[in-house]
Amino acid sequence: MCLGVPGRVVDVDGSVATVDFFGVRRSVRLEVVDEPVAPGDYILNHVGFAIRRIPAEQIQETLALYESLLREAGDDMMAADVRGEIEGARSGRERA
Amino acid sequence: MSALSPTLARELKFRDPARARSLSGALARLTAEIGRAPVSVMHVCGSHEQAIAKFGLRAVFPKGLNVIMGPGCPVCVTDTPEVDEGVVLAAQGVRLATYGDMLRVPGTVKSLADAQAEGARIDVVYSVSQAAQLARQTDEPVVFFATGFETTAVATAAVLLADPPPNFSVLSAHKYIPPVMEIVAEMPGSRVEGFLAAGHAATITGWGIFERFVEEHRLPVVVAGFEPLDILAGLVKLLELVRDGRPAVANMYPRCVTREGNRAAQEQLWRVFRPTGGRWRGIAHVPNGNLRLRDEWARFDARRRFRIDLTSLWDYAPPTLAQHCICGDIMAGIASPDRCKLFGRECVPDTPVGACMVSMEGTCRIWHQYGAVPDLGGTA
Repeated sequence: MCLGVPGRVVDVDGSVATVDFFGVRRSVRLEVVDEPVAPGDYILNHVGFAIRRIPAEQIQETLALYESLLREAGDDMMAADVRGEIEGARSGRERA
Repeated sequence: MSALSPTLARELKFRDPARARSLSGALARLTAEIGRAPVSVMHVCGSHEQAIAKFGLRAVFPKGLNVIMGPGCPVCVTDTPEVDEGVVLAAQGVRLATYGDMLRVPGTVKSLADAQAEGARIDVVYSVSQAAQLARQTDEPVVFFATGFETTAVATAAVLLADPPPNFSVLSAHKYIPPVMEIVAEMPGSRVEGFLAAGHAATITGWGIFERFVEEHRLPVVVAGFEPLDILAGLVKLLELVRDGRPAVANMYPRCVTREGNRAAQEQLWRVFRPTGGRWRGIAHVPNGNLRLRDEWARFDARRRFRIDLTSLWDYAPPTLAQHCICGDIMAGIASPDRCKLFGRECVPDTPVGACMVSMEGTCRIWHQYGAVPDLGGTA
């Protein structure tokens, strides 16, 4: 019940959006989200309501956070592992 | 334009427990640097426990690190008399709608599922807006039995603010997380040295809400997301703060959580609800821990529209097995499920004795589903 799910907005009709959740489309209400939502945006859904518009640039911020962890971690297996994740994520984004 | 593609979302996950295992190095080093064992930290979210259990993270935590699940299952902490209110209303012939997890949660003598088997009409809904929709399709009263933390309460508030039909009302058992963290932090016997806060509740409240808690209780709080990588990163940050003796709030989930949170959501939440003291099942009386409808919303408050006579349940004896249930200690983080005599024997998901075995977010249910006791983390 407390886990929100991110999805991509396909269409907006008044206070209801059609959102694609990894291939599954469903209606999401927009009364709670605190920013205007447009097709192409990503939102976090919780029990049928968008609770946050996820800004694309914050994905970068998350990755930067992991990179700062790497500096703390030095050059051990964890560093290699997270580095691999970040590289994978970057190339994944470029492909998308 | 960069965006969160499904590919990226997939690749942010550690699907392979073996890869997650390599992250335990940092946790092990930090635990060793802290130099006292066990180091106990608490999360307050069923979804965190699901991810920890599902991805086998507890098996890669170092010995000496104890990650405890606190009162993070909204269904589990719904108090027995609150379930009783739903049972009595439904038994009186009022049509009830609620989230699926609530059906089998034991009340004093009956669950909603028991009432349903005796002929009560109870609809399971995915969203409170479906419950309002049900009310629009009929003239009879429809009561939404509303459970969940602030994230879910916001949805209930939004529906009430969006002109629901007059035959719709709400039986609120909503709970508010920040006050219960104070209770757990101050519990006698609590060894908790820091909290991992749930990212999505903080999406609403903002991480700033934890600053006062940190100030008063001198315990660090780290807001974390739900992917295994998010959780491990959150724990690394939390142990750093514990090691440095630095009570502070850290936000390790910036893609969803800001300092001020979702202001529009907070405004809707507090326009409809007021915080009030009340019991959380098995935990304690929690000042300001319950969310009830404000007076302005009395016409949509099931407690004021219906006479809910709990004495009608007094003819029944409570089940004796329930006396051995230690759900309360489990939710307070004092005991783990394997310490319960009933766990996996009399109490299993098909025939749950306690609320922790009912909900998908309950500690016992999660441990049972993912192979019971993957705890190699040095529980005392």
